[in-house]
Amino acid sequence: MFHIYCPYCEEHREEEEFHPKGQAHIQRPEDPEACSDETWGDYLFFRDNPRGVHHELWVHAVGCRKFFNITRHTVSYEILETYKMGEQPSVTAKSLSEKDKQAGVQAASGGWQTVGARPESDALNKGARV
Amino acid sequence: MQRYSGFGLVKHALSHHENWQRQWRNPTPKKEYDVIIIGGGGHGLATAYYLAKEHGITNVAVIEKGWLGGGNTARNTTIVRSNYLWDEAAALYEHSMKLWEGLSQDLNYNVMFSQRGVLNLGHTLQDMRDIQRRVNANRLNGIDSEVLDAKGVQALVPIMDCSKNARYPVMGASWQPRAGVARHDAVAWGFARGADARGVDILQQTEVTGFKILDGRVVGVHTNRGDIGAKTVGCVAAGNSGVLAKMAGFKLPLESHPLQALVSEPLKPILDTVVMSNHVHGYISQSDKGDLVIGAGIDGYLGYGQRGSYSTVEHTLQAIVEMFPIFSRVRMNRQWGGIVDTCPDACPILSATPVKGLFFNCGWGTGGFKATPGSGHVFAATLAKGQVHPLAAPFSIDRFHTGALVDEHGAAGVAH
Repeated sequence: MFHIYCPYCEEHREEEEFHPKGQAHIQRPEDPEACSDETWGDYLFFRDNPRGVHHELWVHAVGCRKFFNITRHTVSYEILETYKMGEQPSVTAKSLSEKDKQAGVQAASGGWQTVGARPESDALNKGARV
Repeated sequence: MQRYSGFGLVKHALSHHENWQRQWRNPTPKKEYDVIIIGGGGHGLATAYYLAKEHGITNVAVIEKGWLGGGNTARNTTIVRSNYLWDEAAALYEHSMKLWEGLSQDLNYNVMFSQRGVLNLGHTLQDMRDIQRRVNANRLNGIDSEVLDAKGVQALVPIMDCSKNARYPVMGASWQPRAGVARHDAVAWGFARGADARGVDILQQTEVTGFKILDGRVVGVHTNRGDIGAKTVGCVAAGNSGVLAKMAGFKLPLESHPLQALVSEPLKPILDTVVMSNHVHGYISQSDKGDLVIGAGIDGYLGYGQRGSYSTVEHTLQAIVEMFPIFSRVRMNRQWGGIVDTCPDACPILSATPVKGLFFNCGWGTGGFKATPGSGHVFAATLAKGQVHPLAAPFSIDRFHTGALVDEHGAAGVAH
């Protein structure tokens, strides 16, 4: 069960109030009429499906009903941050692996053994923006 | 291979069953194989079996990162049916159903295939219209299928609440008598034993870490036990297919979700068929051991963790208790999750890829178990001939660019 921090309500609420809506930051092609079948098919059907850090769109369906973004690990399920629409994620797969290098942590494949032990992630889970 | 028979059972009883042959070897990887199959679940092992049996290709390795049949093969709710709406899907699943019907004999392994019938319930007028349409389509495709009204359902399953007092009263159902359940572990073990006996190497605890690709053609794989060469590679990795595709340098239109199931404590025989409800979303059968096997829906978010949300379990049990008030005090014993690779049109991908010699069999999503023999059969033909089997042709990756989707969402009996 997720305990999700809604960046609009500014509080943690239970998972059942929310719905996942798939990958975040998908750009609609500027001119759909001029798209090739490849570009249009990619836009409609092909999604990132990472085993690791994933940026995704959620809606606070029975709360404020606003859409927002979550950065979440798809193996540990740890929520690394939540942020409003139009904002960019501060935690990415790249930034996490760089942190690991600095700390000298050897991440396992998928990195989930180490992710949960991060003190700063704990702070993120409590809703503080880093 | 030691053949199993009643006589053998008596013979081995004399030596206290201590001298049974191991069902498959644990070989060390060779340097090179004709065909490598990535993924040692039901579909992968079936592919290896039919490659050896039907096409005489025995220099084959099945590479499995965990243990044999430890993924979705052992995590599904064991339902087998073929009442799909569209011709393409119906042909593929019915092909599989026909193989199921002779599978125990063919494998000399009891897969406990029990054709106890499957009910797909309708709770609204629109459900019933869809059921009518699907049953008509099934019958035109030669698949046994009937429409039942609420009375007919009640006669088949007396313990179900088919009254008008239910929150979503049962209005009827589609009924496929040839459908049923099978023992999922036995399916993996039977195919493994049959493949191994014909010379296929099953390499467990071997994880593929990359592909060796030369001039756009696959020539082998990197694994944690060294590099292994291959002329043809087939990926049958279910939830992890997207990860493998990324290693090979392309993307698949798949999303991996956790799908959960749960079983109750064992009960005396009470439910002798399979009941599925699309509308209230729950499906249930009783295993030979006596436990109620209950399937939940997928969690909407991506997940590779082989576990899901408790809220999903709660919703499923609400549906089950709504349909079967008699089960309200049954205690649940175990709950688990598997990673399903769902496709936008809820149909599988059986396809060549941008890399020559590399084929994918994936995207079975939430309903792959029923297709195990059929999927292995057509995929083996695909790998043996280097071109896609006619039954698999509509399920190419290209369909997501041409638009020729086979949209089985909802039509397939359960909406996920």
